[in-house]
Amino acid sequence: MTSPSQASADGGSLTLEPEGIPGTPGGKGTPDLAGRTPRQLAWLRFKRDKTGIACAIVVAGFLIVAVLAPLIVKLYGQNAYDLYGQDDGLLNSYGLPIAPNGGISSTHWFGIEPQLGRDVFALLLYGIRNSLGIAAVVTIVSIVTGVLFGLVQGYLGGKTDYFMGRFSDFMLSFPSQLFYIAFSPVAISLFVGVGDQESWWVRPFVLIALQFLLGWMSIGRLVRAQVLSLREREFVEAARISGASSWRIIRKELLPNLWSTILVQSTLMLPVFVTAEAGLSFLGVGMLPPTPDWGLMFQTGATFYSNDITFMFFPGIAMVIFVVAFNLLGDSVRDALDPKTLR
Amino acid sequence: MTEQTTLDKVPAPRPETGERLLEVTGLQKYFPIHGGFLVKRRIGDVRAVDGIDFHINSGEALGMVGESGCGKSTTGRLVTRLLEPTAGSVKYAGQDITHQNRKQLAPIRSEIQMIFQDPYASLNPRQTVGSIISAPMEINDVNPAGGRERRVRELLEIVGLNPEHYNRFPHEFSGGQRQRIGVARALSLDPKLIVADEPVSALDVSIQAQVVNLLQKVQKELGIAFLFIAHDLAIVRHFSQRIAVMYLGKIVEIGDRDSIYNRPRHPYTHALLSAAPEADPDDDGRERIRLAGDVPSPINPPSGCRFRTRCWKAQDKCASEEPPLLQIGGNKDGHLTACHFPEEPTTESRGEDIVLDPALVAIEEAATEED
Ligand SMILES: Nc1ncnc2c1ncn2[C@@H]1O[C@H](COP(=O)(O)OP(=O)(O)O)[C@@H](O)[C@H]1O
Ligand code: SF4
Ligand SMILES: [Mg+2]
Repeated sequence: MTSPSQASADGGSLTLEPEGIPGTPGGKGTPDLAGRTPRQLAWLRFKRDKTGIACAIVVAGFLIVAVLAPLIVKLYGQNAYDLYGQDDGLLNSYGLPIAPNGGISSTHWFGIEPQLGRDVFALLLYGIRNSLGIAAVVTIVSIVTGVLFGLVQGYLGGKTDYFMGRFSDFMLSFPSQLFYIAFSPVAISLFVGVGDQESWWVRPFVLIALQFLLGWMSIGRLVRAQVLSLREREFVEAARISGASSWRIIRKELLPNLWSTILVQSTLMLPVFVTAEAGLSFLGVGMLPPTPDWGLMFQTGATFYSNDITFMFFPGIAMVIFVVAFNLLGDSVRDALDPKTLR
Repeated sequence: MTEQTTLDKVPAPRPETGERLLEVTGLQKYFPIHGGFLVKRRIGDVRAVDGIDFHINSGEALGMVGESGCGKSTTGRLVTRLLEPTAGSVKYAGQDITHQNRKQLAPIRSEIQMIFQDPYASLNPRQTVGSIISAPMEINDVNPAGGRERRVRELLEIVGLNPEHYNRFPHEFSGGQRQRIGVARALSLDPKLIVADEPVSALDVSIQAQVVNLLQKVQKELGIAFLFIAHDLAIVRHFSQRIAVMYLGKIVEIGDRDSIYNRPRHPYTHALLSAAPEADPDDDGRERIRLAGDVPSPINPPSGCRFRTRCWKAQDKCASEEPPLLQIGGNKDGHLTACHFPEEPTTESRGEDIVLDPALVAIEEAATEED
């Protein structure tokens, strides 16, 4: 049996309420908490967290940039495909920007790319858009699969639990980076016939599929562990006594208690997939030039860093801010959703 | 210490007052223990419930008491069919429900409800009080006149909560209030039988009486039969018409309230009674019995009478023969005891305390010497 104090810890309560005054049903000693839903309480806690708010703004900024990249670039006046450096003669004979600081000017705010001479600002915006888009799809698919897998595994238990557990252990045992590097060319060749032109969707699709393949297990395990403890709780038994079907119990009793895990895990998984995607493109097994991509910018930057450090600066700083902000946001969201968790 | 009081055969069936609502025969629940290297084997069982018989008439409250771990909750969960019995049968209103599945149970699901021990685990923290209480109606597609919401408000009022708290979440309520919500949920389908598994033992003593009173009111006014589980005799005293005393998976004594409280025969019932707090603490006219040691493990229960390791009257026969649950000479109809050498039907002090724990004796002696 769970002890009251233990049980209330995951009950999402902000404070432990005193016993109601005898004889006055519903007598409440804490009026400021009255009528608050668990979600409102989480929001209240989140609002008090300054770091969380700052990170949320930064993260929202990145998301807006990713979604509105075409519009921003249009207002900005340059695009991500024109070879300004070559067309306008902004590059010297070594393919490096002539102007100091990587060719930063009032027309090209972040300078221009060495060699091809594209606009760095537009390139970065589109790079963020593409990398984030791919990572977002991987996150969503992984979360959905992992949650379903964990729910079924934890709820059914017994032999099913055992075999599903071994399967996810098996998937976890692959060294992911090596797997991606080894298998992306294979996977791509499956879609592209010999001598055929590769369609635009093949690489993003392969990137998403491979990362998803090795990406859903961690949330699956978390959900399984939670479901294992939740299904022993008496409210699940109460539902069963009333005749609720397994599907209803999963949907109405278990899933609502998993939202905080799902939310926190999503915010922690997304930056991991963004960096993974960037890493693969950097290594040459992800997106290919001239597609604007965050990872490819690092590749170009790494080639030219001794002559043109400015080019590395903007995608690098953007990546650092992005990863830090997302991780801190994940922590803040977790603190807001279940305040009793120890860090 | 004579044996002649034990009748040799089961008494003739006694006349019934109410109609038999629940009838449990030979009910058994073994939880398998698996072990072994590489290949999992069944290496033993937890004999949580090991062949018990009892019945509950409609509108009647049966109290079930026993130390923790003796299989009370398992019995409750078997009756509500949360667990699958290993053997024996459960009959509800004449219908055998022992091995029925969810679909087959559907028609009677609404009639058997349960109130749980832990008010913090028994309400889903992510659902409002309204949806918690109306869920059973939703699942069984019950549409009361005036709508489900109105019925929920009505129920909240019945259990003594503010109907306006319909949209609140469980975390806003105290333990006692949560238990009232649990009662409202159990009532939402107009059940005929409620299994209350230690409904107040997690609550403050000051709140316990309120909740027991509420349950009593519900039982009397709505005519609902109860299986009221508790770990001491004091709580069930005013609640139950009949009481069953459990020890290590067995019922050792069952009978009407008067028989159990005033004319108990089984040594274990005597021990439990002497442990129950009295209304008058200065009343020294009662016997004092302190039980030595712990309840033995239900994995390897003692042979013969399971109470023999702690019983002060145990003899050789107790180890070799299991005492059947019988009506002993001088007992009222329906008062059954499972003991080879039953106690006198009285709770009067016997002049000398029975203290079974040598450690306790030593402590007491030391204390008296110091005085
Ligand atoms: N699901 C289970 N699996 C294994 N053993 C169990 C399970 N549930 C209960 N038991 C065991 O059965 C015995 C009786 O438990 P229970 O019915 O909860 O006792 P009570 O409610 O009287 O305290 C205990 O020894 C307990 O450990
Ligand atoms: S049968 Fe024997 S051991 Fe069991 S309670 Fe009676 S006297 Fe004690
Ligand atoms: Mg129990």
